[in-house]
Amino acid sequence: MRLRVDYRASLSLVGTVLKYLVVPLTLPVVVALYYGESVAPFLVTMLVTAAVGVWLERLEPEPDLRAREGFLMVGVTWLAVALVGAIPYLVEAHGIPFLLGPLSPASTLANPVNALFESMSGFSTTGSTVLGDISFETHTRAIMMWRQLTQWLGGMGIVVLAVAILPELSVGGAQLMDAEAPGPGIEKLTPRIAETARVLWGAYLGFTVLEILLLYGLHRGGMAPQMDFYNAVAHGLTTMPTGGFSPEARSIEAFSAAAQWVIIPFMAVAGTNFALIWHVLADDPRTLVEDREFRAYLGVVAVLTTIIAGLLFSGNGFVTPEAATGGQTYDAAYVVDTAGGIVGSAEPSIRAALFQVLAIVTTTGYASLDFNAWSAPTKYLLLFAMFIGGSAGSTGGGIKIVRWYVILKSVRRELFTTSHPEAVRPVRLGGRALDERAVRGIYAFTLLYLVIFAVATILLGLDAVRVGLDVTALELLSASATTIGNVGPGFGFLGPMGGFGEFSNASKLLMVGLMWIGRLEILPVLVLLTPEYWRR
Amino acid sequence: MRVIIIGAGQVGESIASDLDRSHEVVVVERDSNRVEDLTYSLDVLAIQGDGTSLSVLREAGIDEADMLIATTDNDETNIVACATAKAISDAFTVARVKNTEHLRTWQHSGDAFGIDFMVCTNLLAAEAIVRIIGLPAARDVDPFAEGRVQMAEFEVSADSPVADQTVREADRFDSLTFAAILRNGEVVIPRGESVISAGDRVVVIGSPESVQGFSDALVPADSLGSPDEVVIVGGSEVSYHVARLLEERGLRPRLIEYDADRARRLAEQLPGTIVMESDATNAEFLEREHVGDADVVVSALGSDEKNLLVSLLATRLGAARTVAVIDTPAYVELFEAVGVDVGLNPREVVAEEITRFTHEGGAENVALIESDKAEVLEIEVDRDSILVGQPIREVMTELPSGVVIGAITRQDEFVTPRGDTVIEPGDHVVVFVAIEVLDDVGPKL
Repeated sequence: MRLRVDYRASLSLVGTVLKYLVVPLTLPVVVALYYGESVAPFLVTMLVTAAVGVWLERLEPEPDLRAREGFLMVGVTWLAVALVGAIPYLVEAHGIPFLLGPLSPASTLANPVNALFESMSGFSTTGSTVLGDISFETHTRAIMMWRQLTQWLGGMGIVVLAVAILPELSVGGAQLMDAEAPGPGIEKLTPRIAETARVLWGAYLGFTVLEILLLYGLHRGGMAPQMDFYNAVAHGLTTMPTGGFSPEARSIEAFSAAAQWVIIPFMAVAGTNFALIWHVLADDPRTLVEDREFRAYLGVVAVLTTIIAGLLFSGNGFVTPEAATGGQTYDAAYVVDTAGGIVGSAEPSIRAALFQVLAIVTTTGYASLDFNAWSAPTKYLLLFAMFIGGSAGSTGGGIKIVRWYVILKSVRRELFTTSHPEAVRPVRLGGRALDERAVRGIYAFTLLYLVIFAVATILLGLDAVRVGLDVTALELLSASATTIGNVGPGFGFLGPMGGFGEFSNASKLLMVGLMWIGRLEILPVLVLLTPEYWRR
Repeated sequence: MRVIIIGAGQVGESIASDLDRSHEVVVVERDSNRVEDLTYSLDVLAIQGDGTSLSVLREAGIDEADMLIATTDNDETNIVACATAKAISDAFTVARVKNTEHLRTWQHSGDAFGIDFMVCTNLLAAEAIVRIIGLPAARDVDPFAEGRVQMAEFEVSADSPVADQTVREADRFDSLTFAAILRNGEVVIPRGESVISAGDRVVVIGSPESVQGFSDALVPADSLGSPDEVVIVGGSEVSYHVARLLEERGLRPRLIEYDADRARRLAEQLPGTIVMESDATNAEFLEREHVGDADVVVSALGSDEKNLLVSLLATRLGAARTVAVIDTPAYVELFEAVGVDVGLNPREVVAEEITRFTHEGGAENVALIESDKAEVLEIEVDRDSILVGQPIREVMTELPSGVVIGAITRQDEFVTPRGDTVIEPGDHVVVFVAIEVLDDVGPKL
């Protein structure tokens, strides 16, 4: 069978990306050297990555990239970096055979599936973890920094970064970015696509540095005792990509209210279309205010925050003491303690609600408290928010606000045309009328997303029965929603203070797949699975 | 003044006939038959040739020309003719276009393409329609003095409160002047004792509020009310602009267009308009969409006959008023006679607009009454004007009959002209002048 896709060209470019992955790997090396930890996991990874990269690159010296090759390149790149990204975890857990023993006590990451899960969760900026014990006793600071760094690399997109710096991707770069960037379509900010990619990465880098400086400044000012320089960098690297990994076991709850308030606006920015941010910085700040999706985004966050803050303030937002003592996943003392600090106080209620709503809507997945302590309706609001997602062109995952906006408007149109069959009503996004093809595409995407979510939930449930894992419906729903939406934490034992370690390897591999297709917005990955794509 | 007119179509001919007595007019036209016609029917020099050609323009005497009016049916020809004229002479150039994109470009820079004044047929027609829609009983409305003064023409029906009253009795509206009564195609200058009878048309000049008030009083109470429901039939450029202008006024008009692609395009461009894709002559559809409940139905389809049909259908279904865009000037009166409430010829509107530039005496604005029976002029008066320095009662004795001072604006304030009002230099005066005395009166004002 002759293939219609020039897979050599695609793989060659994947090789190029892998080759350059050596550069960011120097950051954990520096960290390891600073803290006197072993650099072996990273040196091994650098060697493997470079070797594989150069080998793949040789497949096609002059890759010619067209639309089909673009899909393949993007899809494989994300799988490849996730595989390579798992190497440091494995080396740390197992050591190097015949040369070095395990560098850290056998951790959950010794299981290759777990290592792959953690790596994919990082690059896809999901933030779900299989780490049973998040502490520097079990994991080195360098390995944790690598974990944070994978999210930062994945946030704005490895392929976008590649387009920005690799001249061979200047042609076809728009295709690649379209396949990778969240939301329907991309907005070219400048005539040259590489320039656009650089602008986006520049803004991304700028906000990351700003957040690190602010967080560390807070620490130096005595307002955030836990937020030392390592933590400031770690959280800077995981806020802007809406990732959610934290080197602290208790996530953002470990930090002061001031630090939480600093992180809130950065999560909000991370969930905003970066093209709008570019407009604000470059020419016209009004573009931001007039953007329909941005308004809807603010509206959604405001409404959800108001409801949840009200529930928390009144005490209805927490599980009752009876349920807290009866349920297994609730730590009764924690519930009583947390509720005691929030019920009846305005600032903690608003902060907890706003933080959590932003963390879920933007799919960052941080937690400023264990929302397992919240009552069922409050938790269902969060589950619902997992399906909203951030803005198109942001680093957030999920279905995206703009798609819901278009769907709501087209439903309204359907209602109108039912009584006025002759009416011609384009669906409008701001002043712009959308092409009907784009509207159909949005319907198809959303339907596909929900179908995959439903099927995955059922598969996870079946697998849980197979291995005898005791899971509730809410836990299953959240497991599938949080991985395909790249959110991070789920409910119950998957909560912000828990992890995904208890699932079977099969379930974890399924979730690796969910994170992969979730990050690439389904179609670029699914199209690779159709025979029509490969056939001549 | 030497005026060169490029294109002897309806607009060109209309302007030429308006100017031929007071100016030296040269008409350039490609069609030799039209050239021959004009040579005999008007007192103008008609030249056969291409208005964009240098040699033809030279032959027409572009070097001594004060003004060049390019008014062919082709936008690009008009633009190139003006640009060519500008390149070789100092003539004031006027171009007529249909495409509003050209207008926008010109407005942006003020003198793009070497054009000093640009008029857009479709836009002017749409503006005229929207003005008419704004006043339920009016047949024609024109703004003066930046909208502070309005001239409106009303038809007086038998059940109207002013029917069979004398002008003195009817004159109970503040800041409103009766400028003329049009009876059987004749212009009657109203005196206090003149009787307004049913079937007459009255021309009034006044502040927009008073004109609206008069309009409200004229229309029987049951059909009263602002036009909320406007249905536009046909998706022409004129329709597009009418819908757009109505949207700007906060209305949500409905627009019916047959062609699917065109309907989609219009729906995209007009967020505040409900666009329907249907055949507007489909009575069942019109009934289902309650077109009969509309306050105004504007028909702007491509053919005069269809516009007549749609207007009659709409009237039959119960639409309060119909406005039809009529391409053939001769049909305007005919259609109005058989049931169209207002017929509007876009080219006539353009001709009016262009004519204002050709008037002596610094007329700021001009409207034609009954095509050419009379003109309403807006003049900024200077010290030399006969109007200045004495009460209007005395001014009037020095002017021939057929002249009515309709309204005055002084430093942007509306002043109602009465017998003892004294006009000052710098005032803007809106004056009604019957065509017979125009040449005589014009220079004195």
